[in-house]
Amino acid sequence: MTLTPAELTSAVSGGIGTSPQRPDGNLKVRGEFAYASDLWHEDMIWGATLRSPHPYARIVSVDLTEALKVPGVYAVLTHSDVPGRNLYGLEHKDQPVLAVDVVRYQGEPIALVGADHPETALRAMKKIAVVYDVLEPVVDMETAVDDTPLHPGGNLVRHVPIRRGSQDITADVVVTGRYEVGMQDQAFLGPESGLAVPATDGSVDLYIATQWLHVDRDQVASALGLPVEKVRLTLSGVGGAFGGREDLSMQVHACLLALHTGKPVKMVYNREESFYGHVHRHPAVLYYEHGADHTGKLVYVRTRMYLDGGAYASSTPAVVANAATLGVGPYEVDNVTVDAYGVYTNNPPCGAMRGFGAVQAGFAYESQMDKLAEALGMSPVDVRVRNAMTEGSVMPTGQVVDSAAPVAQLLKLVQDKPLPAGTSTDIRELPGGVSNTTHGEGVVRGVGYAVGIKNICFSEGYDDYSTARVRVSMVQNELAAAVHTAACEVGQGLVTIMQQIVRTELGIERVTVLPMDTTIGNGGSTSASRQTYVTGGAVKAACALVRDKLAGRTDIGDEVIDETTEWRHRATEALDPETGQGNAHVQYGFAAHRAVVDVDVDLGLVRVVALDCAQDVGRALNPQAVLGQIQGGSAQGLGLAVMEEIQTSGGKVRNPSFTDYLIPTVLDMPPMSIDVLELADPHAPYGIRGVGEPPTISSTPAIVAAIRAATGLALTRVPVRPEHLTGT
Amino acid sequence: MRVNVTVNGEQRQADDVWEGESLLFMLRERLGLPGSKNACEQGECGSCTVYLDDVPVCACLVAAGQAQDRSVRTVEGLAQGDQLDPVQEAFVEAGAVQCGFCTPGLVVAAHDLLDRVPSPSDPEIREALAGNLCRCTGYEKILDAVRLAAARR
Repeated sequence: MTLTPAELTSAVSGGIGTSPQRPDGNLKVRGEFAYASDLWHEDMIWGATLRSPHPYARIVSVDLTEALKVPGVYAVLTHSDVPGRNLYGLEHKDQPVLAVDVVRYQGEPIALVGADHPETALRAMKKIAVVYDVLEPVVDMETAVDDTPLHPGGNLVRHVPIRRGSQDITADVVVTGRYEVGMQDQAFLGPESGLAVPATDGSVDLYIATQWLHVDRDQVASALGLPVEKVRLTLSGVGGAFGGREDLSMQVHACLLALHTGKPVKMVYNREESFYGHVHRHPAVLYYEHGADHTGKLVYVRTRMYLDGGAYASSTPAVVANAATLGVGPYEVDNVTVDAYGVYTNNPPCGAMRGFGAVQAGFAYESQMDKLAEALGMSPVDVRVRNAMTEGSVMPTGQVVDSAAPVAQLLKLVQDKPLPAGTSTDIRELPGGVSNTTHGEGVVRGVGYAVGIKNICFSEGYDDYSTARVRVSMVQNELAAAVHTAACEVGQGLVTIMQQIVRTELGIERVTVLPMDTTIGNGGSTSASRQTYVTGGAVKAACALVRDKLAGRTDIGDEVIDETTEWRHRATEALDPETGQGNAHVQYGFAAHRAVVDVDVDLGLVRVVALDCAQDVGRALNPQAVLGQIQGGSAQGLGLAVMEEIQTSGGKVRNPSFTDYLIPTVLDMPPMSIDVLELADPHAPYGIRGVGEPPTISSTPAIVAAIRAATGLALTRVPVRPEHLTGT
Repeated sequence: MRVNVTVNGEQRQADDVWEGESLLFMLRERLGLPGSKNACEQGECGSCTVYLDDVPVCACLVAAGQAQDRSVRTVEGLAQGDQLDPVQEAFVEAGAVQCGFCTPGLVVAAHDLLDRVPSPSDPEIREALAGNLCRCTGYEKILDAVRLAAARR
């Protein structure tokens, strides 16, 4: 028996604008959906990874002798067993598949074991003798550039400057601040897993949970020294992603073991290893200065920000560009100075996470807007509305926002919602809950607002496209369609959206989603809130080709209509390296939140009582899924506001478990009232606007603003911890 | 060692079980029942929730040997053939399933709650599901699903 990804059909149909059931829903509730960690193959063995315990060290020697003697061990591999290029990476190829003579972060892979049982593999791994010469790690992002160089080109990954308008203009009212954002983890529930199956011709099949099959394939083939056609990837069930699966984890490792042993190899990280096995959200330090006139109109914004990329570049260059270009928020500002730096350190590598650079900037600029409101004696909403961007506004990059930007409207929508009743007397609804820490004494309430901006799709001139194939034939005397892409379903519901698009475009009810794999062209990444836009656009375009051939027929006999096409969104431009000017982004998304919190000031406990949101989605192709994205994205923002941080000390992770890294539970997440606007973007398929990321930007600063309003504390760092509130 | 256990009403036997193996590992890797999930394997996320003699437990925290001569009911044992349990049906309908990795554990936990409390209040639902982490949904539609299932049962 081999558990492999299945074709998906569903009993409940519906075109765009409706909310049909997910075609994988029944399998998922029955426990029968095949996630990567569920895969099984006759005769398979298990892989394990030896990782560095040190954030920075020279490798003096590696002795495999004792590990190889463990009964049940098939192979122990090091960098010398990597047949191709031992370096990979999304934007810079700077990360070794297996470390050679230096390790740059705690958790860096050094050796692989293949064995008959996961426990055998772990025991053998512990018998690998590595001698390290431990070095002093570089851990401070603000001074890293002048510290010990960790890579040949030094520790600066990218500097993005933006210069717009006057660089020395003055203003009546000036507020400054220094803000910090802790390292957040994607904390997807399905751990990194995959199954590599070797073939007799030296090629390999990899079943994998990922966000981008083709870029994985290209990196795996390069490391294996194989032509890309000898590396075939199929998407397995993916247990969430949120950016954490954009980079390789065990893809090359499993294939190496499989090709070396000639056996199928399964690798599954446990939760602790998962914390070491993927990149995180960049921690950041951000300095801001806002100048405004007495009416509250912004005169200038100046910012210098540092984003800690950790040991390897991953997507740091693009994250830095987002933080910079979106760095003043959804506001009109004529005079802007931005310097954003992404740096190497010996902290855990950081890369993509939902919000991608816009989250860090969003916490800082929204904190500044509240500070400015206070300095001006204005309300937080009024100062934002006074400066709100609209369609036709100009970004700090000079780009004109050429579709709806209803920033003021979103703020007013959340402002006008009814407020929840006063602080409850039911302990289940108080900070601390059934821990019974208060019956209301010491509890204060606050209300806070925030709004955010996020770019949708890939930017800076990247050739961002997707490929879709739609095949139509007769099944049981009616037309039936199959849709095939390499675009990764990670839980967001792309499988449902693709069915809806085919039904709407072709009027065919029976639509099957074929497994996603590399036998078809690139689907692009499931990130940047782009799949409904780009792969949705490709499916729509493929349907148009099929529709021409159908020519209105409802019976095509034995004919099979099979059309494949690539679809691109409109082109973007690179940023000018000196001034940061350029039409770098495709589309902008906006969301606003109002948060209401109760804070127990004696214990520093926070309960978010309400978290309401308004977001423009252009057009809701699937209203239920849109709400799901807004609710889920808001919850991750809540996590960053009050609980989620990978805490490091000297480059070492102190809390790699769900016992110590806390994510919101159902007790932490309040009910949400949500307004969805549908202001169509004329440039996008069906007018849609990417949905997944905008709610993650504004949720965090709205909650922190509410805590500030309740306590009067400055709170310049997220997550807000109890000791920040009690001063102990 | 050999473990004899009733799983979803069927007498099952697992051989060569290592003493340190969890019930979760035995179910997933030896008995062909990967529905119970391996998200944290330390009792924090609830994704491996199964009934052990009618009491919901984290299968990752139970040693395989502890299931000897006992009865286990997993998410795979909730539906009657093609007919989903009302809790399962409600999860799909309400949009409570995104990536779905938390779903098996939540379905079992909600199933247990509704057996004990047929019409739970929202605070009761929240308390009952507090041991199950979900990273995709923000929980709103999971609450909707439990309310819907309660109304239908």
